[in-house]
Amino acid sequence: MEIKDVEKLAELAKIELREDEKSKVLSDMEGILEYVKVVEKVEVPDVEPVYTQKNVWREDLPAVAGEDNSAIFSSDLIIKQFPDSQPARPHDGSGAGGDGVFLKVKKIL
Amino acid sequence: MTINIKDLTIEKAHEMMKAGELTSVDLVSICLQNIKEKNKELNVFLEVFSGSAYGGEDALDQAKIADEMIKTGKGTKLTGIPIAIKDNILITGRKTSSGSKMLENYVASYDAFVIKKLKEAGAVLIGRTNMDEFAMGSSTETSAYGPVKNPFDTSRVPGGSSGGSAAAVASGMALAALGSDTGGSIRQPASFCGLVGMKPTYGAVSRSGLTAMSSSLDQIGPFAKTSEDARIIFDCIAGKDDIDSTSVDFAGVYRTSNVRNGRSTSDGKKIGIPREFLKEGIDPEVLQNFEETIDKLKKKGYEIKDVSMPYLKYSLPVYYIIMPAEVSTNLSRLDGMRYGLRKEGESLFDGYKKSRSAGFGIETRRRIILGTYVLSHGYYDAYYNKAWKVRRAIMKEYEDIFKDVDFVMTPTTPTTAFKFGEKKDPVQMYLSDIFTVSANLAGLPAISIPSGKSTSNLPIGIQFTGPLYSDESLFNLEKDLRE
Repeated sequence: MEIKDVEKLAELAKIELREDEKSKVLSDMEGILEYVKVVEKVEVPDVEPVYTQKNVWREDLPAVAGEDNSAIFSSDLIIKQFPDSQPARPHDGSGAGGDGVFLKVKKIL
Repeated sequence: MTINIKDLTIEKAHEMMKAGELTSVDLVSICLQNIKEKNKELNVFLEVFSGSAYGGEDALDQAKIADEMIKTGKGTKLTGIPIAIKDNILITGRKTSSGSKMLENYVASYDAFVIKKLKEAGAVLIGRTNMDEFAMGSSTETSAYGPVKNPFDTSRVPGGSSGGSAAAVASGMALAALGSDTGGSIRQPASFCGLVGMKPTYGAVSRSGLTAMSSSLDQIGPFAKTSEDARIIFDCIAGKDDIDSTSVDFAGVYRTSNVRNGRSTSDGKKIGIPREFLKEGIDPEVLQNFEETIDKLKKKGYEIKDVSMPYLKYSLPVYYIIMPAEVSTNLSRLDGMRYGLRKEGESLFDGYKKSRSAGFGIETRRRIILGTYVLSHGYYDAYYNKAWKVRRAIMKEYEDIFKDVDFVMTPTTPTTAFKFGEKKDPVQMYLSDIFTVSANLAGLPAISIPSGKSTSNLPIGIQFTGPLYSDESLFNLEKDLRE
């Protein structure tokens, strides 16, 4: 390994090293790699390196307000931010309350 | 009231508070006084919790609430007990810097699972403790906020990475503490500071809210003076958490998996010693202490047997491939964009580089670069893939050994606490974890127990590793050794 390899790795890892750090990292890397390279020679039974950790997915369900930290944004909370919100009226003009809410916004840019 | 806080256990404090002989406010005040007197020298706490602008609660206010809980009969064993928290475990409204400049001003927006559990139990969170940067180190010397000093000898390290948590308990600044253990970061400082330190089975405790270092190895666990105390904390923080898919319903699994040959492992009295692994590099005093502990256990009715574990010696090299690989990916999120320190650059990539270089210390950068190397195209098979194969072999070896014995016993560390600046070469520093890393690689529970002192009055620890989910039986060993 040479200084330019350290520079290349640092670039890949998006890390800057000062000149004096580069030579220190190089000698440290050589020491560590010398220590770990014994792994290459170890004879192990012919197994696949089955990784024990696997992604476990949860159901993509909407969070319920108040039940966990992720449910900070409920529609109630959002509506509360709008002082002039009012219940929607049906289009038939009867005046009776319909579903949903109108939110009055300050300005549309 | 005079209380010797250095000898006070959670169990005893709980009894006294229940009987009305002590209040949580008294207890927390004593700890705060100790912190005031000693923290400047020992550098244990990065922050002691007073009221926070971000909503974090004052320690004494928590104590007042705890006293109310106790008065009204709603208290648990942890109610009112002052506990120190390692700086990589998130508490709502508190800074969580992971010992790094990178996250110096990061304020947590939620509680880690373990914190939620402690709060429910009424524990008093007293402050956040100093640590090696991003938990990478064995001495706290890599902390961006200066090292912690060992309360037994201030010219020596407290161990790491959870050195602040260990020193907090050892110096009477808290009754117990939480740490995290990726390769020995709870057990090694527990050994250096004369405490019980325990790394649970992988998955027994949720990692949600723990700043990720090496996700297949990290576990949160307790520091305490006795195994009974450590167990009280473990019982509180263990359990299934939907946010960490690797967490398990510990109590459920424990009941079903812990019966072998028709008897529970908690009755187990057969201990295996991997002799060939203990031949070199161990301080003679530590080795002598180890032999004396074996004799003590024999007198207590334990059966001691030499076992052969030829793969064990590869644990540390395997660890130093897998861990940096995971570190390099986990820490790639820290680029100045979403979290942490930000430095402007000439371009987007230049900004990343400037932010990461200003935020990360040299050990962190070294491990990121090492991880980048072992994961790179030309070396992936030779290093990373091969290391995982050997890791499998180590797991299998333990599995086979535990068909014969109940625990495997080694010293926790090859030496007692070393002096600041003594380990100049990284490999020398890494060797202090030689006995602890295998439990992380195999996901097994392991405990460090105080086993005496050296001639220079430094604590020595002994380590027991058990089969998966044998966590509870590990606690019994300390009691047998102490009595």
